[in-house]
Amino acid sequence: MAHFTKATSLHDWLNQRLGIDTLNRVLATEYWIPKNINFLWAMGMILAITFGLLLISGIFLLMYYQPNIDLAFDSVNYTIMQEVGYGWLWRHVHGVAASVVFLIIYIHMFTGIYYGSYKKGREMIWISGMLLFVAFSAEAFSGYMLPWGQMSYWAGMVITNLFSMGGLHLDGLVEWIRGDYVPAQAFLNRFFMLHVLLIPLAIIGLIGLHFGALRIPHVNNQDGEEIDFDAEAKKYLAGDKANSKVIRFMNDFLAKDMMVVGIFLILFFYLVFYHYDFAMDPVNFDPANGLKTPTHIYPEWYFLWSYEILRPFSTNVGLIAFAFAQVIFFLLPFLDRSPNAVPASRRGLFKYWFWAMLIDMIILTAMGKVPPEGIFSAIGFYAAITFIGLWIALPFITKFEKKV
Amino acid sequence: MKELFILVVVTVFTLVTYYLVEPFAHSQMHKHVESEGFTYKDLPALTKKGDATRGKDLVMGAGACAGCHSIEVAGLPAPMDPVTAAQSYGVNPPDLSNAGVVFDAKFLAALIKNPAHALMLEHKYNEKSGKSYPMPQFYGAGGDMDQEVADMVAYLQSIAVPQEKLTPNMAFETACGRCHAVHYPYALDGEIHAPWTQIGEKPTFKHKQDELAFETKVLDYQDALTKYLGTLPPDLSMYIRSRGEHYIKTFMEDPQAYLKGTAMPRVGVTAEAADKVIEHLENVGDSKRHKREEIGKYVMIYIIIFAIFAILWKKEVWRDLH
Amino acid sequence: MGKAFGAVAGVGAVASLYAMKRSWDPLPSVKAAGFTTLDMSQYKENELVVEKWRGKPIFVLKQSKEMLESYDKNMSQITGKSTAEMDKKRLIKVGDDYFLICVGLCTHLGCIPGYNPDEKSFLCACHGGMYDDTGMVTKSPPPRGLDIPPFKVDGMKVVLGETSPEYEKMLADGITLKV
Repeated sequence: MAHFTKATSLHDWLNQRLGIDTLNRVLATEYWIPKNINFLWAMGMILAITFGLLLISGIFLLMYYQPNIDLAFDSVNYTIMQEVGYGWLWRHVHGVAASVVFLIIYIHMFTGIYYGSYKKGREMIWISGMLLFVAFSAEAFSGYMLPWGQMSYWAGMVITNLFSMGGLHLDGLVEWIRGDYVPAQAFLNRFFMLHVLLIPLAIIGLIGLHFGALRIPHVNNQDGEEIDFDAEAKKYLAGDKANSKVIRFMNDFLAKDMMVVGIFLILFFYLVFYHYDFAMDPVNFDPANGLKTPTHIYPEWYFLWSYEILRPFSTNVGLIAFAFAQVIFFLLPFLDRSPNAVPASRRGLFKYWFWAMLIDMIILTAMGKVPPEGIFSAIGFYAAITFIGLWIALPFITKFEKKV
Repeated sequence: MKELFILVVVTVFTLVTYYLVEPFAHSQMHKHVESEGFTYKDLPALTKKGDATRGKDLVMGAGACAGCHSIEVAGLPAPMDPVTAAQSYGVNPPDLSNAGVVFDAKFLAALIKNPAHALMLEHKYNEKSGKSYPMPQFYGAGGDMDQEVADMVAYLQSIAVPQEKLTPNMAFETACGRCHAVHYPYALDGEIHAPWTQIGEKPTFKHKQDELAFETKVLDYQDALTKYLGTLPPDLSMYIRSRGEHYIKTFMEDPQAYLKGTAMPRVGVTAEAADKVIEHLENVGDSKRHKREEIGKYVMIYIIIFAIFAILWKKEVWRDLH
Repeated sequence: MGKAFGAVAGVGAVASLYAMKRSWDPLPSVKAAGFTTLDMSQYKENELVVEKWRGKPIFVLKQSKEMLESYDKNMSQITGKSTAEMDKKRLIKVGDDYFLICVGLCTHLGCIPGYNPDEKSFLCACHGGMYDDTGMVTKSPPPRGLDIPPFKVDGMKVVLGETSPEYEKMLADGITLKV
């Protein structure tokens, strides 16, 4: 039993019971971040803020949304968009944030790949981050079902069909996932549950794990330099801020984060008010119709690259390629055999691997959206082969990388 | 400088990806149809100047319009109720009160002379199919046919409300409302309008029986319409978001350009009436657009101030760190 | 500068609170549906009919001659004035008839009282509160008589939800609270 004395102030009262000074020190003022970083290190904060925007806007959508196949479309497009005070704002914020969050996730991921931030003790940061990517993907997909428009319905149909595992014909599994022969009431209800409860819980837990995974290995820096955090922190606290290689999370790092967040929010709100169609597909403003497939169906842009890996092959091969694309990023820390945890620019062949992978994924993304005809099919096919080939080559090119 | 370079790299890759999945992909997926500005170049110009008084006699008499059409402003009621009319003709013939302001004069003249041609429905109504359009052609009342048609058009124009008094819902109801429902209520000049069905605005009912009776009528009408057109024309509530202004306008101008063989006729509206129809669909499907633009301005101003203060704070904090 | 930035961020947070508050407001369609029109010619004397207005039960009780007489007698005992001078404060006159139109929720804790036509009184089963046939309390715990909704007499019709000088007078005289 700890010893409590009469509190001298509210702060002291709380401090005796909750240890807020210690918390503040450990989590904020003496949480040390390397100084040698650029704005790409603020993507984590942008993701946290965007997740917050999704959560808040989602709460208000949840108050008026009706998870019923006869009412869902109108509850979104009439009640929320036209009747509820500022309902349109919540929906636009939610829709645009759901799309933009993936742009930031991809930037965050490629930053990690470029600077080798998944190596030398940082493997769990990478793996928890990839788990978050999967959770966000599931969250995005389940959310896409809810307006019950044409794209919702047909995406639900096509994606759940993937679980028949092609030649294995696991139709029973597909029906189990849907709770019906086609996406219908049971399907909408369970995806609604996943979207508003189970997956958000998982995401919040994973965010905790992702942050926790950072504590011991610390944040990486622009040059992959190994920093003695204790010694540098001492230097900082002694007053030699200019020569110390570390900064406080609060306010030093936070100030820079907020600067980047501020600039990001200008772009974000511009999209929310003036350029939202890219995130809210016009086709989904047609109510779901199980007897009519839209002329062009495609997933949201952030799923296009993996969709394109599925598309050029026959059913079974396509599914295997698709499964490969889904898990392979998890294995990055283990497939990269090089001892170097430095920026790609200093890593020989890996430098080319990085840019080839980035460009290949952009090509896959583009080809995933255009109709799979003629030249586009061919480009998509070779880009998919390149994607697989690059991953197979990764262990070999990194194995022979010279130690920096 | 290095940071700026990184920003440029990130921005370029982002914009390239955006360009490929949005403008480029959509240009590959959708046919682009250019508007002709509702000029109806394929239809002959009116050569004669019409006389409304003579036109009235023709419309009421020899032209035989009133046999099927109501003209409410002229005190002429519909010969039959909408459901019976649809069961007889396939679709309820429009009330002609505002035809003169909603439809283009050239189009009206062409329609009177040869409806299937003006409506671009000759693929459906021709000698080979043996079917003829429910509205008979006007073969003249004994005089100069061009003059007679011009007179009738002049009469229709004379009884219609003036251009500036044409409201968005009037334009919609005359041009689209007998085939397309819009099941969202909307506000116009502070008044709330009930959902639109093909047989009119849905009234509010106290008794369930009355409501069901009305809905049965709507279903009967829709059945007749489906038989006539092959498919039930879609509800247009969210078309302003699902199709957008350009598509809707060019579709009204020439449905065949998008859907070869569609049963949807050319609508034949004037450019001004087309704008009114669009405005109506905005009132119904995107009623918060003005609010969105207004709030958008304030939010943008605020967020720029937010960013400026964030930059100033960062500069202050980091002054000591360098 | 940190404080200034915090203040700017705070302004944004407060502004968004306004949008959140607006999102909790009743929808325009709810507000627009807040009117009920009653045709007063359909009611029978001393027969309670329950109508619905804004989701609440509305008691309509047409007063018989005998009920009106006993009302006048009661009121003259209380006020000391003659029966002829009594105005029917709680009752609404439509045509030549008088009606009790009130919210059918006990003013104690909101249960629905039942009407006994023989006793000509309302009894709330929850806590034993009683009202007479004009909705006045005859036995506690209810703190006041049954509340009267805003009304407007229009010929033989009564519109609930719209106010009128008669209703404003009832409010001013303290006969009912605003509902």
